[in-house]
Amino acid sequence: MSYKTEELLAVCIARLIRARPTRHIAVGAASPIPAAAAWLCVKQGDPLHLSLLHKRSGNPFTDGSRELFDLTGQGRIDLFFLGGGQIDGQANINLIGTGAWPGLEVRFPGSFGSAFMYYMSGRTILFREEHSPRVLVDRVDHISAPGTSEPGVFRRGHAQALVTGRCVFDFHPDRGRFSLASYHAGESVESIRAMTGFEFDVPEGVGETVPPSDAELALLRGAVCDEMLETYPDFCARVFERKAAA
Amino acid sequence: MTPMSLAAMAASIPDGAMVALPPDNSIPSVALAKALIRRRARGLRLVGVPISGFATDILIGAGCVAEVNTSAVTLGEAGFAPRFSAALKAGTLVVRDATCPAMHTMLQAAEKGVPFMPLRGLIGSDILANRPDWMVIESPFGTGEKITLLPALHPDVAVFHAVMADSAGNVWVGRRRECATIAHASQRSLVTVERVVEGNFLEDERLCPGAINATYISGIAIAERGAQPSALLDEYGFDTDYVMAYARAAKTEAGFAEWCAEHVFDNQAVAAE
Repeated sequence: MSYKTEELLAVCIARLIRARPTRHIAVGAASPIPAAAAWLCVKQGDPLHLSLLHKRSGNPFTDGSRELFDLTGQGRIDLFFLGGGQIDGQANINLIGTGAWPGLEVRFPGSFGSAFMYYMSGRTILFREEHSPRVLVDRVDHISAPGTSEPGVFRRGHAQALVTGRCVFDFHPDRGRFSLASYHAGESVESIRAMTGFEFDVPEGVGETVPPSDAELALLRGAVCDEMLETYPDFCARVFERKAAA
Repeated sequence: MTPMSLAAMAASIPDGAMVALPPDNSIPSVALAKALIRRRARGLRLVGVPISGFATDILIGAGCVAEVNTSAVTLGEAGFAPRFSAALKAGTLVVRDATCPAMHTMLQAAEKGVPFMPLRGLIGSDILANRPDWMVIESPFGTGEKITLLPALHPDVAVFHAVMADSAGNVWVGRRRECATIAHASQRSLVTVERVVEGNFLEDERLCPGAINATYISGIAIAERGAQPSALLDEYGFDTDYVMAYARAAKTEAGFAEWCAEHVFDNQAVAAE
């Protein structure tokens, strides 16, 4: 069955979620693909608890917007998602901007909760659809949140992986480096190297990303889309070609 | 509590005041932000709770703001905040970058009446490197953990919109409890409401968890649809088209001025200063 890039990325993320024990996932604002991945796991029968932070109705928290951070501080969030205007080879992320502090060349919106969530979530999946030397840089201009921490700093989790429109990288916090896990159809180790501003390891036998199965695609286009129509109407219309009932 | 006019409410916020303003998903008073623009407020120091949205961008565009202390400024689906970006580039705005739980923690310290509170994370982030007012210590409890202390943040005024006020001056914000935090932490709270109703929310078991006690409220003004284009709980949603149109117009200073004349001043001629 043919599929869209967004569907492939959602399936890649869902497989990363299922690769480790996961009870509670929080999904932030403009994150329709991670949200679709989390819903796919739920619809595949995983007993997951999802906290979707930007749900229009039924927002998960009743103790104000601080509650997400309080419960993450306690270790009650197993998995979070972060992106970055820039991401570097040590998994540092930059949501501030480029040029002199605080982003005098190009200013991004800001760091949001990253300088806490990246340390305190059980683990983080980094997601950025654009895979170019502009985004995946050798060294970020500014660190909103670091990929690893020095001894003496409490840190519960790190990046598990970085998913892009071209490939999946695994992150290894012990050596502070990414390795190529798989490249998507149409790419190669060489093409990934050419489009990546940082060095990464290439394990033997690395190959193409396994495409979405018919069962995964059917769930995405059916039960997952049903759950997402209210919060992400434009995404559902564009990717799944479905509109919410008027 | 007798409601005041929106103009009188805006006039009671002095130039240079530190104003806590919640973002678009957390019932900001856009009506009062527009009234502050009409009264030509200057030098405001805005506090994002914990980020900043549409109301902050229009106040910056109108030249009302000297400083923002926040974790992000964004128009959500409509993209980057254009007047924020322009003011930063022009050097007319001081930005004190934070991260969301740091904003909450500084406000919670003020709420509790303690001088500071610790927060994990932060160490190794350039946010911390650019905050001389934050301090890293080793835990005094002998664990050797390095941890950051954040000073209490006491805004002069908390500004937000509520669904309703009651006869006693309590206001009802539903689950948006961060509005209660800023009401507790600030010297004064000025609240615009859709309507004023008879009775007392604190005597209603179903309404009281979403109410803020009148003790914290300094003034109420009626402003129907006063959060728009931001959402108000289940009363009305975020007006994406309106904010998209704003984002397009406000790309340039001239475009912003035109937008402001139409949407803030209702195209009435503004007296020269």
